[in-house]
Amino acid sequence: MTQTPDAPTPPPKPTRIAPIIQHDAKFFWDASDKEEFLGEKCGDCQQFRFPPRPMCPHCHSLKREEVKLSGYGTVHGWTIPRHPPPFGFKEAPIVIIVELQEGTRMVSNLVGVAYEDVKQDMEVEVFFEPTMGNHKVPVFRPRSKKA
Amino acid sequence: MTRQFTDAAIAGIGHTEYSKASGRSELQLAAECAKAACDDAGISPHDIDGMITFTIDNSDEVMLARCLGVKDLAYTTRIPGGGAAAAATIYQAMAMVNAGLCKHVLIWRAMNERSQYRFGQNPNQQMMAFQSGNGTGSLLWCVPYGAMTPASWGALQAARYMHKYGVTNRDLGYVSVQQRAYAATNPDAWFFGKPITLEDHQNSKWIQEPWLRLLDCCQESDGGVAILVTSLDRARDMRQKPVKILGATQCIPYNTEVISNYYHDDLTEMPEAKGVAKRLWEMTGLGPQDMQAAMIYDAFTPHVLLQLEAFGFCKPGEGAGFVKSGGMALDGALPTNTNGGLSGEAYIHGMNSMIEGVRQLRGTSANQVTKRSVENVLVSSGMAGAVLGRA
Repeated sequence: MTQTPDAPTPPPKPTRIAPIIQHDAKFFWDASDKEEFLGEKCGDCQQFRFPPRPMCPHCHSLKREEVKLSGYGTVHGWTIPRHPPPFGFKEAPIVIIVELQEGTRMVSNLVGVAYEDVKQDMEVEVFFEPTMGNHKVPVFRPRSKKA
Repeated sequence: MTRQFTDAAIAGIGHTEYSKASGRSELQLAAECAKAACDDAGISPHDIDGMITFTIDNSDEVMLARCLGVKDLAYTTRIPGGGAAAAATIYQAMAMVNAGLCKHVLIWRAMNERSQYRFGQNPNQQMMAFQSGNGTGSLLWCVPYGAMTPASWGALQAARYMHKYGVTNRDLGYVSVQQRAYAATNPDAWFFGKPITLEDHQNSKWIQEPWLRLLDCCQESDGGVAILVTSLDRARDMRQKPVKILGATQCIPYNTEVISNYYHDDLTEMPEAKGVAKRLWEMTGLGPQDMQAAMIYDAFTPHVLLQLEAFGFCKPGEGAGFVKSGGMALDGALPTNTNGGLSGEAYIHGMNSMIEGVRQLRGTSANQVTKRSVENVLVSSGMAGAVLGRA
């Protein structure tokens, strides 16, 4: 009897909670699944907005444009949730408010940085991490030097 | 009923015991505190004709009215925004009485927020689902990133403020120590007889590193609080010395929201509280120098500093120094959260601090301000505030 070769070790299953998707933000999360980082701007007056919403707060246009964002930003605020340990993380994540180059802000994670190396206003760039249910979410790491 | 402008006053306050396990339903807590507020005022619960609570209170108006035997309910309303609703309930009650629409408005908030569910823990499925009316539209954008608790949202909100002004976690400890000193001498407080030192604060575990420790956070509590609002004229004939609602307002500026509040221009200030302050001072003709005490929503210690600054009790960035030099103490510039606040007395979503404002004006607080005559008290829940005054 021949020995069966060991099956390749499957990558660990993601434990991060999947985003809760509402109608007006579906484009954002659908794009994230494909590792695209999109923002929403007004189809008429061209101003960015976040969170996504059906009407422009400036000119009240219903025309929406979904545009590719630079993926660059700065750490505007941050915290390390210690207690209770948040669901879905083996080690405490670094939660950040990222201020994007386009002027909007969102909550995300800073990944690949030691806790003591987090700095207010440090430059970061987007990449994607998997979640439960085969989704992906945009997260950030220190911006590579070449920019 | 006349429809002319009618001054409003607080005629009754009531509360249950504050505990970690009430052993009875939230509806029962609501009924007990409502009855206590009516007894305090000296009216029959049958004569309540307006009812106000928070959107997220679990008791139903009709069920509570059935407990109290309310004969003819003319007006009901609920306030969004979690704890930001606390002072807004007084605002709406004032407006209903001012407009001549109601005679006896009952405000209540009752919850088993320790024994039945816990705001401080990771959310369950029901709490994670989007619920409109809570005023917290973008919480869903925090959850996949591990920001799942009010402390995490509050820390993110405070981080830039603390960074800009160099406020350390140790600085925040002075807020906790003062509030626990007040709680220690307040028999109603959960932490009655249990003061803390700055070292106790510094030795408590990190909840949100490097901003908030356990002793920077409000409690989780079971209990109920109620307030009975009526016209000033009627209140004069009731059991207690009336407390006039000199002014009350709410302010939700563009791009602000409750707690996941990261989208307005300058995160080192609280524009909602600044807006409340502006309107309140205009409405009453008073200013920070005219307040002899304040009750300020303290879900987390940094938000006390931000509100002290927003209301003009000190300049931007000077909140920590104000507290460290004893500004919140009974003999300080502004005795603040004299019940022990939400960290020392209990967390009934801010309402227990609202009624402490009434007690200071009646002269019945366990930590009564005596160094000066209490004429005006500010009560604030960030997005709403009221100035209560001696009638």
